[in-house]
Amino acid sequence: MLNTAVLKAGARFKSAVCDTQVMVIKAPAGEHLLSCGGSAMIAASSTPPADAKLDPNAAGETLIGKRYVNADESVELLCTKGGKGSLALNGTPLEVKQAKQLPSSD
Amino acid sequence: MNIAMILDMAAEAFGDRVAVVSGDSRYTYAELRVAAQCAAIAVRDSGARYLALLDVNSPAAPVAIFAAAYAGVSYVPLNYRLTRAEINELVDRIAPALLIVNADTRALVDPRADVQLIDRADFLSMPATDTVAPEPAEDPRAVAVQLFTSGTTGKPKAAILRHENLMSYIVGTVEFAAAEEDDAILVTVPPYHIAGISSVLSSTYACRRMVQLENFEAKAWLEACARENVSNAFIVPTMLSRIVEHLGTRGAAELPTLRALAYGGGKMPQSTIERAMQLFPQVDFTNAYGLTETSSTIAVLGPDDHRVAAASGDPAIRRRLASVGKPTAAVEIEVRDEEGRVLGPEEAGLVFVRGGQVSGEYLALGSQLDADGWFPTRDRGYTDAEGFLFLDGRADDVIVRGGENISPGEIEDVLLSHPAVADAAVVAMPDEQWGEVAAAAIVLKAGASVTVAELQERVKQQLRSSRVPQAIVFRDALPYNELGKVLRRVIRQEFVQAASALSA
Repeated sequence: MLNTAVLKAGARFKSAVCDTQVMVIKAPAGEHLLSCGGSAMIAASSTPPADAKLDPNAAGETLIGKRYVNADESVELLCTKGGKGSLALNGTPLEVKQAKQLPSSD
Repeated sequence: MNIAMILDMAAEAFGDRVAVVSGDSRYTYAELRVAAQCAAIAVRDSGARYLALLDVNSPAAPVAIFAAAYAGVSYVPLNYRLTRAEINELVDRIAPALLIVNADTRALVDPRADVQLIDRADFLSMPATDTVAPEPAEDPRAVAVQLFTSGTTGKPKAAILRHENLMSYIVGTVEFAAAEEDDAILVTVPPYHIAGISSVLSSTYACRRMVQLENFEAKAWLEACARENVSNAFIVPTMLSRIVEHLGTRGAAELPTLRALAYGGGKMPQSTIERAMQLFPQVDFTNAYGLTETSSTIAVLGPDDHRVAAASGDPAIRRRLASVGKPTAAVEIEVRDEEGRVLGPEEAGLVFVRGGQVSGEYLALGSQLDADGWFPTRDRGYTDAEGFLFLDGRADDVIVRGGENISPGEIEDVLLSHPAVADAAVVAMPDEQWGEVAAAAIVLKAGASVTVAELQERVKQQLRSSRVPQAIVFRDALPYNELGKVLRRVIRQEFVQAASALSA
């Protein structure tokens, strides 16, 4: 598959078409196509291709601090910077994970 | 991965929100980030390997944690209560370093070429230069924080926490921006304690205002709660005892905005937590159990657990007020016997923990994790049928009498139940016949009296003869460290000397 990447825990990616940035919390081994706003996400340090544009069909917005998961929650990403594009893994949109209900302990 | 991301996110989402309040000084999250980035440039240009802090709580502590992260060096807060010689030994172990001091602590550090001292005020007002702030390094294995543990014997061990450990703790236990606009947490733990580090990281990730107190004192604590409309606080058990004492019968009215009180760092007397829950029925109490080597909290007894236990007539549920709760979702906990077998409910053994936040690693000594990633906490404990964890002292404090393991805690509980006894500590004393036997140091309540024989008989009746302290001494007070942990090694040393004096 084109533009696939190994999603190592702790790795950071940014959108090629909007401000969205994510950090991988967990992901299964192997190569995956992680996209945002309809385009493959790129390494946090690289420069986006000039012709990449936000796909209106993938413009559902990604929110800072939210965690995004696939159906079986084998993939979990933390949004570290919000943006207009929505996240997808191998073509399937990711969903917001339910917030934790934890008492503050420190 | 870098913990600087925690501040980046807070400043991005809630830059205008107040991050730190200390006396008259206030920083928003955006200002905290600018201060940390400006300081990071100075740290980087200094060539220091460590950014160290020898200071009480002030905005310099959160600024330094993040400045070190931006600059890619380790942050090392030092205990300013140590002796001059001890402080300089630690300074020697971190050179070359940039060391933040205040007017009092500056005089404690012997001048040396490879340690640059900088006053807190100067550190906090680094000029915003044209130089671009360092781009935080992304190596998850880089060491973010190094803490010197108060070793019971020998020189302090340098526990290291990597960016991946702290990030795993924060992402695993805190929800981003969970705080309400007006929330504020009152911070009284010293900056060199793991709870001082985790408090900054948790509060920043929750986008919660931090209100700092230089030192704990019950009256000042209550005043700060009222002045800053404090909603959350973390305290150690002795602090809660003093707050409860200070309040007397006045309760909830004194703390109208307080909603959540978390405690940890030592054994909470059941009478104190019961009294506090009566005084503050509106407050959510949380008991947090954690260690330096585990990046802070690994088990939590939550507000609902407290209320259910306090309201229950069933002793098995009621006693959960003395439990440290269940493991957080971020870790696994096991209780094992001396041979490493995993134990079932109600079987006492050694507590092991595993998870991304668990570093279990010391500089020079290396990782203490076993092949499967489990860390031996050296705390003794057991779980009940529903998985609530009860702690039973440190493995090192166990008294081995003729091959039989005796926990000081159960003997202390019996001694403390005597109406004349205010405080009690049981330790091992060398014994020719048994190897070790129990010995007790007792503090009596004002005006009360009891004989040694009477206390020994009480232990014999309620436990058994092997538990009876062979020596009992009366003291005006027991030695405690500043976080309210009884210093058993000091008491043990007294009995060792007494025993050797007898046999000489």
